[in-house]
Amino acid sequence: MFKLLEGPQTLGRGKKFWLCFVAVLAGALSYPLFADSYGVGNFAYFLIWIFMALGLCLMWGYGGMLSFGQTLFFGIAGYGYGVLAINMGGGTATIAALALSVVLAMIAAGILGYFMIWGGINGIFFGIVTLSATLVLAFFLGQTAGPEWHIGPARLNGFNGMKGMDPLTVGDFYVEGSALYYVMVALIVIVYLALRMLVNSGIGNVIVATRENPQRAEMLGYDVRKYQLLTFVIGSGLAGLSGALYTSWGQFITPSSIGLPAAAMPIVWVAFSGRSDLTATLVGSFLLLFGFQTITVYSQQAALVLMGALLLATVMLAPQGFVLGIGKLAAGWWGGRGPSDAGASLTETARLQSKES
Amino acid sequence: MTLVEVKGVSKRFGGLTAVSDVDLAVNVGEVHCLIGPNGAGKSTLFKLIVGLYPPTQGSILFDTVDITAERPYARVQRGMSIKMQAPSVFKELPVRQNIQIALQERLSGEERLAEEDRLLTLLNLAADSDKLAGALSHGQQQWLEIGMALALKPQLLLLDEPTAGMSPEETFRTGELIKSFNAEGMTVLVVEHDMAFVRQVAQRVTVLHLGKIFARGDLESILQDEKVAEIYLGKTHAH
Repeated sequence: MFKLLEGPQTLGRGKKFWLCFVAVLAGALSYPLFADSYGVGNFAYFLIWIFMALGLCLMWGYGGMLSFGQTLFFGIAGYGYGVLAINMGGGTATIAALALSVVLAMIAAGILGYFMIWGGINGIFFGIVTLSATLVLAFFLGQTAGPEWHIGPARLNGFNGMKGMDPLTVGDFYVEGSALYYVMVALIVIVYLALRMLVNSGIGNVIVATRENPQRAEMLGYDVRKYQLLTFVIGSGLAGLSGALYTSWGQFITPSSIGLPAAAMPIVWVAFSGRSDLTATLVGSFLLLFGFQTITVYSQQAALVLMGALLLATVMLAPQGFVLGIGKLAAGWWGGRGPSDAGASLTETARLQSKES
Repeated sequence: MTLVEVKGVSKRFGGLTAVSDVDLAVNVGEVHCLIGPNGAGKSTLFKLIVGLYPPTQGSILFDTVDITAERPYARVQRGMSIKMQAPSVFKELPVRQNIQIALQERLSGEERLAEEDRLLTLLNLAADSDKLAGALSHGQQQWLEIGMALALKPQLLLLDEPTAGMSPEETFRTGELIKSFNAEGMTVLVVEHDMAFVRQVAQRVTVLHLGKIFARGDLESILQDEKVAEIYLGKTHAH
């Protein structure tokens, strides 16, 4: 099973790559030992968004579905966490609230995805419909300022946003600061490795085949709609995980975290990083979030303009993504193989997998 | 015994009737060629059989089961396998991965790997197995697609102009391949323009003209039918 961690769909393989992985992980784990609490909190904040970026990478880069709806599911799970945490009384129940809010986002993705995919919506129209749904939710939540808009004791509060929910809590221990940071690192490692295994599996084969030529994939006996729906639900569920963690982290959520500027951000991260590779997306998104946050301290407008400029530069200069391009160069220098040499690695991987199975 | 039965099928696109009240039976174990001039409705009938178009009227049976309302993937799962007219492969994926995607539901482990190697060798693609499929020549892409169709080990292999863009040598070799699959019991339905190829493989022939069945029978009787020669073959080709 672990052989699926490497394969034709992912950049990075062999001892050198995994040694780098362990080194980066060790660096991440030791960071709180020498950083101040502000820095650790900031890093935890950056990591929150990585799930959403990885989800979009799976849908867009591997599945060929450009979803503009990542913040839709971010919002559903974010508000869902708030409503559930408040209604369940906080405390350890926040763990259940986190899990249930992600499930809620996945159910919503399943419903929306079913109608879109079974309705034959694809290409640019997929992006338009998901963006429309996102804007509808953002506008709706913006109009919930009145006291009548509540679910149990949880008030939605319109543009001012929802607050008053507990952070993730185990017993009497609030999962904040370094603890939250370590939870984030652990979740990212799990999600990243699980996604690598997914895209290098038989299911991943069908997902990329559907991206390449859905009619041919169907002519090989695959009901491509089911694979597209699965991809959409997983990718949107990861956005939901970001949303629930965000609400837990800040103990608030507002409609602005769902609206148009927020919805565009994951597209920029993933396009800049390299949508067709999970590692490039992870690294690139983290770097962009770090840069964005650093610039935002001085000027939020300048940060947004820079994001737009980066998107334009990506489209013009590196349509496959800057980080992925650099990663492929690095793989070449180090004697590794990237997706461009997927065939050679495929042959080898297939032999290894067949021996194991 | 009939494997595929097309009963009274018509297909209209607005005011245009592409296929009109067609009856066709493909028997188990035969190589059946569907021929006719351009615009005769061959490819439309082919797409009706594989499920890419729903018929305006009529029904299609596969192994006595009515599959008229089934989607293409469900027909493939019943035992059909299709090679489209234009090469339809996964161009951004390596050649071997194309074959692997076709095989992975049927075989796994060493068995799958051995079958990948066998098919790649059979199709003369072993040396190119690590190339992206889009980097292959047109003829090689045709073979790759035939290989993907064969990987499913179908009861019925449907080939829409399998030799388009191939050299005479490649065409001949493709014909020999089809005959060898047929000898192993595979039923084959071919839409084809190349009469030399039809002569090489066909056991029965159906001629379509203006969306209707114009003639049908064994290869010799079709070749000697003067009406067929007039509408399609040209008398010099018929003899």
